[in-house]
Amino acid sequence: MSLVCVDDLSISYGAKAVLSHVSLRIEPGEIVTIVGPNGSGKTSLLRSIIGAVKPARGRVTRGSNLRLGYVPQRLHIDPTLPMTVARFLALPGRAARTIIDGALAQAGVPNLLNAQMSRLSGGQFQRVLLARALIGKPQLLLLDEATQGLDQPGSAAFYRQIETVRRDTGCAVLMISHELHVVMSASDRVICLNGHVCCEGTPEVVASAPEYRALFGSGTMGALALYRHDHDHGHDHHHDHTETAE
Amino acid sequence: MLDDFMMRATLAGIGVALAAAPLGCFVVWRRMAYFGDATAHAAILGVALSLALSISVFAGALVIALLMALTVNLLTGRGYAMDTLLGVLAHSALAFGLVAVSFLSGIRIDLMAYLFGDILAVSRLDLTVIWGGATLVVALIGWRWSALLTATLNEDLAYASGIDPKREQLVLTLALAITVAVAIKVVGVLLIAAMLIIPAAAARPLSRTPESMALVAAGIGSVSALVGLRAAYVFDTPAGPSIVCVAALIFAALSIAGKVRTSTQ
Repeated sequence: MSLVCVDDLSISYGAKAVLSHVSLRIEPGEIVTIVGPNGSGKTSLLRSIIGAVKPARGRVTRGSNLRLGYVPQRLHIDPTLPMTVARFLALPGRAARTIIDGALAQAGVPNLLNAQMSRLSGGQFQRVLLARALIGKPQLLLLDEATQGLDQPGSAAFYRQIETVRRDTGCAVLMISHELHVVMSASDRVICLNGHVCCEGTPEVVASAPEYRALFGSGTMGALALYRHDHDHGHDHHHDHTETAE
Repeated sequence: MLDDFMMRATLAGIGVALAAAPLGCFVVWRRMAYFGDATAHAAILGVALSLALSISVFAGALVIALLMALTVNLLTGRGYAMDTLLGVLAHSALAFGLVAVSFLSGIRIDLMAYLFGDILAVSRLDLTVIWGGATLVVALIGWRWSALLTATLNEDLAYASGIDPKREQLVLTLALAITVAVAIKVVGVLLIAAMLIIPAAAARPLSRTPESMALVAAGIGSVSALVGLRAAYVFDTPAGPSIVCVAALIFAALSIAGKVRTSTQ
């Protein structure tokens, strides 16, 4: 049974249509990546899945009692709001100390418990957001450009963490990213979005699809997109930056 | 004990301070200061209407404050910037209120009492209403605390946790209207926003968590009420403004102390 079914979804803001006739399913345990240019409706799709946007047409069906973990694109905490990592992680409820510690370790940032959120570095902050999303033992983890503001090694390490989390917890992952070469290597399935679903399939299938190439070009980006780290180890100088992170 | 007007005034001041503290924290975190001001200013229209209709001032102020807050919620994001909208609504509500009061030729009312409060004239009935309202506000915010906090951090995080941020906004709106209604007698419509914002802002440098900030704000608000009333008695100054002055001095002292502490660390 699918975790999420999106059927013929259309979303518009005022007169402007951002998504039309999008259908997709997320199965348990798979990593699905959404790629697409700016303004292609990626974030709107994710927000409709968490229930923040009402569809103009079609519908989004979530499995009954589906546990969602959501990592937003950017989180601004007003400087007037004091917030320790421990308190933030427990929101909106209260979580046992062992669960909090476990989530922090799983996200790769143990020992931050008593830090103020405002004192964290960009990488630590994103990992704390990930830890919070993991607290509720999600069946589906949603990430909206979760590595924005991180450098190349930082985001590569972040996505490896996601793979580890999936391996350890078996949760499905639906994520949006601009960093095609990093993300596609970690995905089971890629959906290329541009107001509608242009093409979808395994990373290799999408990377060679004409619709995808029309959007992202077939030059360096295409080659990088094909890079998977389970083969082709480090003879290609194009990928030095990815490997230093590994 | 309640026969003493100073005792009644002190209890009224503390009641308002306790309700204003947790609500004030949200007003500060969500940058709703002007929103609080607009709601409070609208209450003067409620005062005029309740005097004209011979109903309870609390009820009139509550209804108009609630209508004002709901109107702002409704109009937000429909073409005008929030602060423009609030500027229009806050000042026109105050102006209409003042004009409406002037029509009440039959009754001679002391406008100053509603603009700046008349805490020394708090009756036993007023005290009951103030503490009843304050208890309601604290209970409401305490009940929704975690959901409100999540919605304040990020609307999408709230949605993903099954919380509707719009509903939480309504909870705050309702709490604000009740607070305005019970605080009119104590500090008056012009200074209600001060009781919301100043103790919360003063508590910020002393707090590591949202909960501690609300508690510290309640303490600062209560101390301001106690000291302000005492000062009003000794120096023969207006009571409501004196309370706000004390809160402002505490804010200044704590801000400077906080700056000194961070720069020496």
